[in-house]
Amino acid sequence: MKLRSALMAFGAAVVMTGTAHAANLSIVSGDTGNGLAVLREKLDIYEKTSGNKVTIVPMPSSTTDQFGQYKLWLAAGNSDIDVYQTDVIWAPQLAEQLVDLTEATKDVIGQHFPSIVQSQTVNGKLVAMPLFTDAPALYYRKDLLEKYGKTAPKTWAELAATAKEIQDKERAAGAKDLWGFVWQGNAYEGLTCNALEWVMSYGGGQIVEPDGEISINNPQAVAAIEEAKSWVNTISPPGVLAYQEEEARGVWQTGNAVFMRNWPYAYSLGEGADSAIKGKFDVAPLPAGTGDKARSAATLGGWNLAVSKYSKNQKEAIDLVKFLTSKEMQKKQAIEASNLPTIIDLYDDAEIAKAVPIIPRWKDVFLNAVPRPSAPTKVKYNEVSSNFWTAVHNSLAGSGTTADNLELLEAQLTKLKGNGW
Amino acid sequence: MAVAETIAEPAAQAGSDLLRQRVRAAWIFLAPMLIVLALVAGWPLLRSIYFSFTNASLTNLEARQWIGFENYLSWITLKSGKTVYDGLLVDPLWWKSVWNTVRFTIVSVTLETIFGMMVALVLNADFRGRGIVRAAILVPWAIPTIVSAKMWAWMLNDQFGIINDILLNLGLISQKIAWTANPDTAMLAVLIVDIWKTTPFMALLILAGLQMIPGDIYEAAKIDGVNPVKVFWKVTLPLVRPALMVAIIFRMLDALRIFDLIYVLTANNAQTKTMSVFARENLFDFDKFAYGSAASTMLFLILTVITILYIIIGKVNFEGGR
Amino acid sequence: MLWHIVKRVAFYALVIGIVVISLFPFYYAIITSFKSGTALFVVNYWPTSFSLANYTQVLTTGSFVRNLGNSLFIASVVVVISLLLAVTASFALSRVRFRGRSLLLFTILAVSMFPQIAVLSGLFELIRFFGIFNTPFALIFAYMIFTLPFTVWVLTTFMRDLPVEIEEAAIVDGASPWVIVTKVFLPLMWPALVTTGLLAFIAAWNEFLFALTFTSSNNTRTVPVAIALLSGATQYEIPWGNIMAASVIVTVPLVVLVLIFQRKIISGLTAGGVKG
Repeated sequence: MKLRSALMAFGAAVVMTGTAHAANLSIVSGDTGNGLAVLREKLDIYEKTSGNKVTIVPMPSSTTDQFGQYKLWLAAGNSDIDVYQTDVIWAPQLAEQLVDLTEATKDVIGQHFPSIVQSQTVNGKLVAMPLFTDAPALYYRKDLLEKYGKTAPKTWAELAATAKEIQDKERAAGAKDLWGFVWQGNAYEGLTCNALEWVMSYGGGQIVEPDGEISINNPQAVAAIEEAKSWVNTISPPGVLAYQEEEARGVWQTGNAVFMRNWPYAYSLGEGADSAIKGKFDVAPLPAGTGDKARSAATLGGWNLAVSKYSKNQKEAIDLVKFLTSKEMQKKQAIEASNLPTIIDLYDDAEIAKAVPIIPRWKDVFLNAVPRPSAPTKVKYNEVSSNFWTAVHNSLAGSGTTADNLELLEAQLTKLKGNGW
Repeated sequence: MAVAETIAEPAAQAGSDLLRQRVRAAWIFLAPMLIVLALVAGWPLLRSIYFSFTNASLTNLEARQWIGFENYLSWITLKSGKTVYDGLLVDPLWWKSVWNTVRFTIVSVTLETIFGMMVALVLNADFRGRGIVRAAILVPWAIPTIVSAKMWAWMLNDQFGIINDILLNLGLISQKIAWTANPDTAMLAVLIVDIWKTTPFMALLILAGLQMIPGDIYEAAKIDGVNPVKVFWKVTLPLVRPALMVAIIFRMLDALRIFDLIYVLTANNAQTKTMSVFARENLFDFDKFAYGSAASTMLFLILTVITILYIIIGKVNFEGGR
Repeated sequence: MLWHIVKRVAFYALVIGIVVISLFPFYYAIITSFKSGTALFVVNYWPTSFSLANYTQVLTTGSFVRNLGNSLFIASVVVVISLLLAVTASFALSRVRFRGRSLLLFTILAVSMFPQIAVLSGLFELIRFFGIFNTPFALIFAYMIFTLPFTVWVLTTFMRDLPVEIEEAAIVDGASPWVIVTKVFLPLMWPALVTTGLLAFIAAWNEFLFALTFTSSNNTRTVPVAIALLSGATQYEIPWGNIMAASVIVTVPLVVLVLIFQRKIISGLTAGGVKG
């Protein structure tokens, strides 16, 4: 430890005098297996070209665990970590302790999707560079839909009807464990994502609008959540209220679901050799609701890289971030880890299309992506989200009516907002 | 720490010297432990309590201000003359989590004590393979909590969990139950896992107490032909009581602070949200570090009150030394 | 005679019941650890396949062996230090009368009344202040906060209940308190020492939150963190097979430990000679 900080101080001193560069950087990431391996490969290339050494500090994949740790480390001014891999919703919450990247990245920032860049900009300050993005889609069983002469549903009502019909007929034919639709209904951030999609698809706004107005208490939002409530115990198992991504995938991949809402990761796993549904499924954008402003909506996910204000090697750290988010590296990442690039051009890249055919197809999904209200609600986002998913979970579980729950939610959010977010 | 005075007992000069020497030795013996404890616990505890009286935020700890009791209770009087209260003491979510915790603690500690006693009595008997059985019962306690919580979450899963499968096969349930999702069964699920996991702790501590009971007492009872149930109530229980009481205190304190099991098993379920989970949420997830510190301090106070009550009602012997 | 047989059968049934309930989840974990892919989502009561792939994967990727070593080192040192501090302290608290003793005992207990999560930030600052962040000493230091109160209290209770006669002879012989502790009490305390030591060891071995917060590299992390870090190939995938394999690996040393020490748990008093 002592030796390490001495080395770091030495490295910093050397850089300052400008005679040579040899900094030891640490990047903390909650990425998993394959993602970490690809990150290491990219870092090896970086080490060769820059002469700096980079260590990965892996974290548990639970984003809540990561967030708590990062907040604590940053609050204590921990200088052992230079670069943080951050969730798309964290930027406004950690902004004060991250370095402004606007100046350093003005030459390349134009290549990225403006909506993502916008989500990482807080008070005119770019706090994190987009690394890769994520958006969910509707997975459906091609074989079953064909068998019953159906097509991928365009609206939620169509989905419910199709799911019910196939579920009932297949169960009568002996597939006792088959369910129509699985999604993520556990009381956690994932439910905020699911419910935001329903509400948005009914034209019910995005909980808190970009200008800070609390919009959730409206008839379209009620209708959207009521629709979802009607699925539980009819086309979705009652246990869906405890499902996160993996539980849903478990049901889906053993061939026990007709439809599933999930992130791109489930695609390659579903095509795995031991999968019961290999070659039998496809993806489509999520269905739309009904009403004037009905549309398809997918919650924007994804990860970014940020530099700690307490880093002793900020210059090198910024360099590293620019390197990792560059076009070549995003391409490598897309091909080797199936991560969706944030650079627009890459969606038309022939090599990527050949290696990972789903990426160009995800462009449609991505065009419908909506951000969670993390930008307007700033440091209070987690609490807003927690209040929201609690209200939705209560409604789905039948504790209180949806209308009452949303009215109460509006009151809670108004109180939380106070004089302004 | 204050210099202790010897309790003057009517004794000869030599005895009193001896006593003084013993007390001095006692403080020397205590010193290292107290220093370590003060170092490791003193600062963090005082700091948490201090933060609970400020408006500290983790994003900017330096910019905190002293706000007195506002995190606990504050009020504003509206123009209409109506007074609006705010703060932890009137937060229904907090009191809900207090109630969840207390309910959880009473049920789990009671059942763990009963089962622990049963297991300890069995292990105290002489039978072949006792060593293997003793190692076997320790396994639940030995598996890291985060792992056993995940393991049980897997077993309790509604679709591919083995518990539902067993119950269905036995005909005890007719439909798969979503244990951790259903508000009615979430607490039950947590209780099952906690009792499974911590009964060995109780059993082992009670067993150690049983082992310290001199065997000749049983011999005497056996010769007198006393009914075994009577032996248990009249001989075993009173003798093992000190060990039992301490085991219960530590289980109780652990249960009242329960965190990781619930965090993994039913993270945000309102039915199982305990005081520690509530504190964590405010400390780290929400931007309410000071409010979370206030919750931690309240938790501390509640635990202190419960422990004192327990010590008084349970007549836990502080003095001892026959 | 019949009554005797019924009693025996009932007793063994109870023993079997206890063992089955204790071990079933662990048994299920072992079965699961031999499975992979979609097979994980299918319920089986008996092992259907046997593959050590999950084990080799756990042991070869990352630094799991190193983490096992760290855990072993940290937990052992924690137990040794806390027992050392606690034995002498509990002698003072149980065998010597002095003013403020009850209050002191209660204060020691009060340390266990703060939620771990709340002391996290304060402890973190202390650890950085001492310059031991990201070293095993950070964890050894932090773990004292829960092992010390526990060991002191349990040992105090046990020592208090030992008859006063055993000490009297030594006092008459003019033995110093230190000699009394080491020569008279220690041999009698084996069951209590081994039990508390074992429970403290397991507590330190299993601790997760401090271990995650106070270390920041794979080489200094402990086993529970390493298990939490086992991840699937993609973000949401949970590698059940690997997690179960790691849990089996982690639990085995503890079972071995119990088997080694169990004779001590049982034969302590006989060795002390009080039993007569």
